[in-house]
Amino acid sequence: MDKRLSVTLSGWKLDNPVIPASGTFGFGYEFAQFYDINELGSIATKGTTKEARFGNPTPRIAECDRGMINAVGLQNPGIDEVIQTEFKKLKEVYHKKVVANISGFALEEYVECAKKMDKEDIVGILEINISCPNVKHGGMSFGTDPKIAAEITKAVKAVTTKPVYIKLSPNVTDIVEIAKAVEEAGADGICMINTLLGARFDLKTGKPIIANIMGGFSGPAIKPIALRMVYQVYKAVRIPIIGIGGIATAEDVIEMMIAGATAIQVGAENCRNPYACKEIIDNLPILMDKLGIEKLEDIIGRAHQ
Amino acid sequence: MKSIQTYKILQNEPLTQNVYKMILEGDTSWVTNPGQFINITIDTEYLKRPISLCDYDDSTLTIIYKVVGAGTSWMAKQEVGKEIEVLVGLGNGFTPQQSKHALLVGGGVGVPPLYRLCKDLIEKGVEVEVVLGFNTKSECFYENEFKLLGASVTVCTVDGSYGTKGFVSEVIQGDLKNYPYYSCGPLPMLKAVFDASNTQGQLSFEERMGCGFGACMGCSCKTLTGYKRICVEGPVMKSEEILWTKD
Repeated sequence: MDKRLSVTLSGWKLDNPVIPASGTFGFGYEFAQFYDINELGSIATKGTTKEARFGNPTPRIAECDRGMINAVGLQNPGIDEVIQTEFKKLKEVYHKKVVANISGFALEEYVECAKKMDKEDIVGILEINISCPNVKHGGMSFGTDPKIAAEITKAVKAVTTKPVYIKLSPNVTDIVEIAKAVEEAGADGICMINTLLGARFDLKTGKPIIANIMGGFSGPAIKPIALRMVYQVYKAVRIPIIGIGGIATAEDVIEMMIAGATAIQVGAENCRNPYACKEIIDNLPILMDKLGIEKLEDIIGRAHQ
Repeated sequence: MKSIQTYKILQNEPLTQNVYKMILEGDTSWVTNPGQFINITIDTEYLKRPISLCDYDDSTLTIIYKVVGAGTSWMAKQEVGKEIEVLVGLGNGFTPQQSKHALLVGGGVGVPPLYRLCKDLIEKGVEVEVVLGFNTKSECFYENEFKLLGASVTVCTVDGSYGTKGFVSEVIQGDLKNYPYYSCGPLPMLKAVFDASNTQGQLSFEERMGCGFGACMGCSCKTLTGYKRICVEGPVMKSEEILWTKD
């Protein structure tokens, strides 16, 4: 472990800033067959709701240039099962804390999930997903209204002592406004960005490729948008940002941190290369030497100096 | 065991106008069952391409694929000697059962995974009836290969240009209805085979995948025994657990 890679999120010291993003890494243990997942900074676990969900019909995946659209729709076994079974399986192969992603269709659902997650030692940060583009009610609609986003933040903060990070949607006119609203409501940090709403159509049949028609677009193609948004939000808030969007290499990590991220999440890349996060962590010290970076923490928000 | 491995292309030749056979040299120790699949890295595309194994031995994997889009077009252009990156160890595959008879029903590029299965069944002493379905004569492949294994083979073409005219399910008559069956092909064909048979079988399904190893939940389906991922708990399902409606 290279100490130069360490970063701190709300008092929690991570060995490195690399966290697989929610929804692209299951509950983590699937990846333990490829490498020791304890090398990761942390793991953002699959979006969890109060009740079990199957999600959307298939096809749920459409390939794009330098990216993919997914419309999984928050498939998960429900919070009780996640805590009893999935976290238990994860703990057998992973000994750090997780970023627990929770989602909901009503304010009360977020509160109930937050209360249950609050009791779990394995939870280091609560990541509140108010930006899922793949569900009809709740999800993204909460994250596109600053008032509702603030309400959910306040309600969750009231029932947990864990740091609360709000995961923001890029599908808004002004992401800075939402970021400010959740900061003022007491958020301890921001995760950004979730996927961009996209669609693909079949040339021969004229039909959408995704059964749900639209889905969340992610992958290297969205990186410039994520960088721009992280840059804008860093300027406007004081709380830490976990940068997400198109990160596939150590170079991408450095760039995202320069824009203002304290840590990063790797999403779509996990789906095309199960070793993506490990390779990034292995390459970071080499790249830092090349760039003359002593400690990763030194470069957070360097673009703003 | 799942891992990313490098394989050298030993052969990559067309069997029909757009169906190719590729032989890859490299690690095969991970293979446990016929009907498992590999996920091939395509230099020009974002996601890998999942393709079922047709056959394997101590040092080679054989796959048969149809050129349908950019990814498989890239595959068809790769020359012998080139090394490609492959995610291996994927899927459950078929479980060859001991029985007096077995019925194997394949449609189009659903035919290849049945080849190794046929070999394994015959080795167990099972008498194998194979029904292969294609659209038209020019698309037919592997009839002779199955015959050489010692199976009894019937070929059907939708337009009647070769073999029996019609769909594979129409051939499932008499005793064949009572043979344990194994099938791979398009969804409507699988359903027709399921309906035509009086007994239990194993069916291999297809779905658009993200990762291919169980992380993204892109290929989930509902079954009578719970939610399953085609890439991990599948692609082969038992007939008695399948829910034929999508919602």
